[in-house]
Amino acid sequence: MDVLQLLVSGLANGCVYGLIALGFVLIYKATEAVNFAQGDFMMLGAFITLGLTNEQFWGLPFWVSVPIAILCMGAFGYLLDMLVLRRMFGQSQVAVVILTIALGFVLRFAAGVIWGHQPVSLESPIAGKDVRFGGLVLGLDEVTIIVVTVLLTVLLYFYFNRTKLGVAMQAASQNQLAAYYMGIPVKRIHSLIWALAGAVAAVAGILFASKGSIDPSIGLLGIKAFAAAVIGGFGSLPGALLGGIIVGLIEPFASYYIAAGYSQIMPYLLLFLILVFRPHGILAQVHRKKV
Amino acid sequence: MRTVFKTSYDADINYFRHGAQAAWYMLLLVLALCLPFLMGTFWIGEMTNMLIWAIAGMGLMILVGQTGQASLGHAAFLAIGCYANVLLQEKLGVPFLLSFPLAGVIAGLAGALIAMPMTKLHGIYLAIGTLAISILTDDLIVIAEPLTNGVVGLFAPTIDIFGLQFDRYATPDRFYWLVLFVAVVIILVYRNILRSPLGRAFAAVRDSEVSAQAMGVNVARTKALSFGISTAITGLAGALMGHFAGIFNNETFNIIISIQLLLMIVIGGLGSIHGAFFGAIVVALLPQAIAISRDLVSGFVGGGTVAIPGLESAIFGALLIGFILFEPMGIYGRWLKIRTYFELFPFYRKDMFRRQKSYLKTERMR
Repeated sequence: MDVLQLLVSGLANGCVYGLIALGFVLIYKATEAVNFAQGDFMMLGAFITLGLTNEQFWGLPFWVSVPIAILCMGAFGYLLDMLVLRRMFGQSQVAVVILTIALGFVLRFAAGVIWGHQPVSLESPIAGKDVRFGGLVLGLDEVTIIVVTVLLTVLLYFYFNRTKLGVAMQAASQNQLAAYYMGIPVKRIHSLIWALAGAVAAVAGILFASKGSIDPSIGLLGIKAFAAAVIGGFGSLPGALLGGIIVGLIEPFASYYIAAGYSQIMPYLLLFLILVFRPHGILAQVHRKKV
Repeated sequence: MRTVFKTSYDADINYFRHGAQAAWYMLLLVLALCLPFLMGTFWIGEMTNMLIWAIAGMGLMILVGQTGQASLGHAAFLAIGCYANVLLQEKLGVPFLLSFPLAGVIAGLAGALIAMPMTKLHGIYLAIGTLAISILTDDLIVIAEPLTNGVVGLFAPTIDIFGLQFDRYATPDRFYWLVLFVAVVIILVYRNILRSPLGRAFAAVRDSEVSAQAMGVNVARTKALSFGISTAITGLAGALMGHFAGIFNNETFNIIISIQLLLMIVIGGLGSIHGAFFGAIVVALLPQAIAISRDLVSGFVGGGTVAIPGLESAIFGALLIGFILFEPMGIYGRWLKIRTYFELFPFYRKDMFRRQKSYLKTERMR
């Protein structure tokens, strides 16, 4: 029974990591940029929902504030790309990495000023309830997280492979110049991708906030999600989810079977091993570089 | 603008391009040497801190600026240098004069060892790998408690060289001169690496790995060497940082320090020694600047001095965003533009430093 509980809570954690990783991969897939502030996007999404929902601030109903928060983060992503990241067009990846790290600092500060640095919890209807499957008692929050994540991933997978816009996004990611020649509005596509990543981050944030209290520094969770994305294979959507789940599962099991102090280093140890032996992740999408 | 008439091949690799330049740098050195007579104890401490950051920045600059390998994990090597230096002194009784270079060697070996499997990685993957190393080191320090004293931390002893005491608090001037000496030596080492074939190999790897390989540069070996030299210098900076801080634990060298170090050299300007120093000035003096301006503002407005948590890193981040967007060459790049403007007056054109437009192609699907 213990093992099953660990499994479900690990899966739920892993799904949140997976959703953040999904945001990384979305942006990387389409714009070749790596958004180190994705964890802070999630934090911002969670705090916007909290600011709209909680009695202490606006006190809107939860189901009203969720779509508003997702829309807000989408708009934020779109504007961020339009106003800031578009200027970075065609520059090195590392410059974008540094820019987004700096952005994370600023976002964390802004959230701290607006909502304070104390941990607060979201007044969410899915927090703290149980569901029963036969003799099994599971947290409603954990089950919801898993279900929502799976749905979202399937949706995104079909979006990228089946819809015109999704294919256009893939084309823009593979060769910007060729995509231009094919009449794809690459710049707008990039902004849309950032909006999508913002929206996914908001979903991740809402799910994470339903599970426990949040404070502005949870954005640093992004680093772990980042490890997850790399373990799964950067540039692969199912890979991001897989990596997230692996990281989510490895933590509780390591602290249960080895020792508590070792649980937090296991994901990074795994990341290091993956980078050494299979540098492009489990579900790799990389082909050999030519001149 | 002074045109240098080159009469020998050495003119290309001399330390200074012409006599006037040498004179200016000598003047700067003399000024740096006289600083303890001009400043109070507090500001000498700040200047020492700045120099230590500059040494660490030069270490990272060799890797990022010269070889083009981004590292987000250099705090790990600061930690290795710092712990190696203090543990050698405390546990084995090695004098500082030996333990200090040994700390650099240990950090360098660790860096080269870690670099070997990582040289396959490019750009962003390398950054992630080094990030993992930084986090792992942080946790390993806690786990290796019998040696490192875990989260409680270690005390750095007073430095003793042939009976002369160097201490941050008791003899801040002497400590400053010691750090200045190390910084000058590192600058010389850095310059000489750039003048040597190794430095050219670094630049070749940075600009294009494929063409470097075609020119006969062993890319994996060059990267590993760059890692080794870079981490060795960073380790030395870490050792000094330990003595400067007095007491340190795993938190002293956390992941934020790694990131800050990388951000620092970007603000300063990638690919030059000047950049490391400009960046260090920003990082070391920003907290003081904020404190002073806060006092000024509260003096005008009359409000209390309310500390806003995270303000420092937010200003740092905003500065950085500004620099990346508008001046990717950093402070040093801006300085070069200003200098060229005056040298060529009135013939400076806006497009002289314009970046080439390029289209990005994926590294995934070719």
